[in-house]
Amino acid sequence: MSERIALTNLTKRFGPLTAVDGIDMSVKGGEVLGFLGPNGAGKSTTMKMITGFLTPTSGTAHVDGIDVVSNPVEAKKQIGYLPEGAPCYGDMTPEAFLGFIADIRQLSGPSRKSAIDIAIERVDISGVLDQPIETLSKGFKRRVGLAQAILHDPPILILDEPTDGLDPNQKHQVRTLIQEMASDKAVIISTHILEEVEAVCTRAVIIARGKMLADGTPAELVRRSTLHNAVYVDVAADAAEAVATDIRTLDAVNDVTILDGAAGLQQLRVTSKGGKSISIDVASILKEKGHPASDLTTQQGALDAVFREVTKGKPIAGEGEVTHG
Amino acid sequence: MGNIAIIAKREFKGYFATPLALVFIVIFLAMTGAFAFYVGGFFTRGAADLSAFFGYHPWLFLLLVPAIGMRLWAEERKSGTIELLMTLPVSTTDAVLGKFLAAWGFCGLALALTFPMWITVNVLGAPDNGVILASYIGSFVMAGAYLSISACISAMTKNQVIAFILAATICFLFTMSGAQLVLNFFQGWAPEVIVDALRSMSFLTHFNAVTRGVIDLKDVVFFGSLIALWLFLNVIAVELNKSR
Repeated sequence: MSERIALTNLTKRFGPLTAVDGIDMSVKGGEVLGFLGPNGAGKSTTMKMITGFLTPTSGTAHVDGIDVVSNPVEAKKQIGYLPEGAPCYGDMTPEAFLGFIADIRQLSGPSRKSAIDIAIERVDISGVLDQPIETLSKGFKRRVGLAQAILHDPPILILDEPTDGLDPNQKHQVRTLIQEMASDKAVIISTHILEEVEAVCTRAVIIARGKMLADGTPAELVRRSTLHNAVYVDVAADAAEAVATDIRTLDAVNDVTILDGAAGLQQLRVTSKGGKSISIDVASILKEKGHPASDLTTQQGALDAVFREVTKGKPIAGEGEVTHG
Repeated sequence: MGNIAIIAKREFKGYFATPLALVFIVIFLAMTGAFAFYVGGFFTRGAADLSAFFGYHPWLFLLLVPAIGMRLWAEERKSGTIELLMTLPVSTTDAVLGKFLAAWGFCGLALALTFPMWITVNVLGAPDNGVILASYIGSFVMAGAYLSISACISAMTKNQVIAFILAATICFLFTMSGAQLVLNFFQGWAPEVIVDALRSMSFLTHFNAVTRGVIDLKDVVFFGSLIALWLFLNVIAVELNKSR
């Protein structure tokens, strides 16, 4: 599918601070892009520039080929946006609020009604339609914000922390919703929750200090982990050193670390060279040398480990904390 | 519906979502009445006109209109809904005009609800209703000028109390700039041009001219261009401050 979102050298400075530093990125229809990064990495700032809320210091952002800076109103028509914290007019009821959004989105007649009905059904807020939004729980507020974003069935969805503050059931519901809608849309979600990226995203981008540090499918990023395909095994505490020495003789093994243990057992962590699968090699050498061992497990490598490895680069001199989120 | 009308409608309804509308209208009506009857001496003047009523409008508006205008943008910024509003397909100018018109409409409603005054004076005597109509129009336009100042100041802060105090202060300066008290301060050292300019900025002077029953083009242009100027500044203030 064609490129829905195209960012070229997108940069935003706040005074001396560079919040977003030359991001180049494109998102196609059908992609769900997970935007990862520590607080203050520039995720929200990037989203605010795509949605036209902030003007880039330099560089361009196009949505469906429309320049966000030179033609903001047209560009905004293509986008459904859930700002961070899902701000809504608290004194309105969800029904009145969605009606207002529908009017602004130039929906009228039967299509207005059906758009509102579909959005209400999708986020499951039919029970609270006539309560002022400020009296609703955090989960419901978030869902009203989501309903607002998807109301006009936009080709582009930008959701800033859509599941923040929701309970596990609500999180699951929102993720299912995103997946359902993703078939033909370009979706960008920002999140701190790495399992969410693995659950819903077809692509993950890690940014820190305004720069893009990694870009790939969640599985590809996991493979970057030094712990990818690491093997954990419990052995007798007094034999731990001997076992470690034996395992180190394997070609595919990078290193063996003796971790803490309990009740006379000690856990060894065996990391693999280049992320190759080593569990069979490790199991056979243990058998061959006659070491009793239990609980042999393989770790896929966690996205959060990759996240930490990638984002904990050396801080660049002269850069402080970005306060604009 | 155009975007301006949609935004104005939402904003106007917003006044009635809280007790603000009711409180404001009750206080406005009570105070216009109190000033006209007790301070202005409506009955003892022995004249069938509403000058005792309209004469206090600048002073009432000075406090009450900034109270209407203070929430227009400060609240959006405080609650973060400005990010929602400004990422909808609406231009900043549309949003500024929509909000201003809603608040102005609300002022108009409050003013219209003073109609018992008009009935009273017509029952008691035979006033010049042309003068009264002109005064109502003048009062409404003057409220718009106060409101455009308040709306612009509201876009400069997240804090409604600060917005109120600053707006009331600026409105006070515009009201008083023709008064001898203020002019004395400048006379003697400032060039005559500046003193004249200050005198011509006075809401009181222009409003008093209108309440005499003459809607002069220069008074209309004065209030109209003042509203346009402050709304223009309002657009700039929103653009500059929206993300802070």
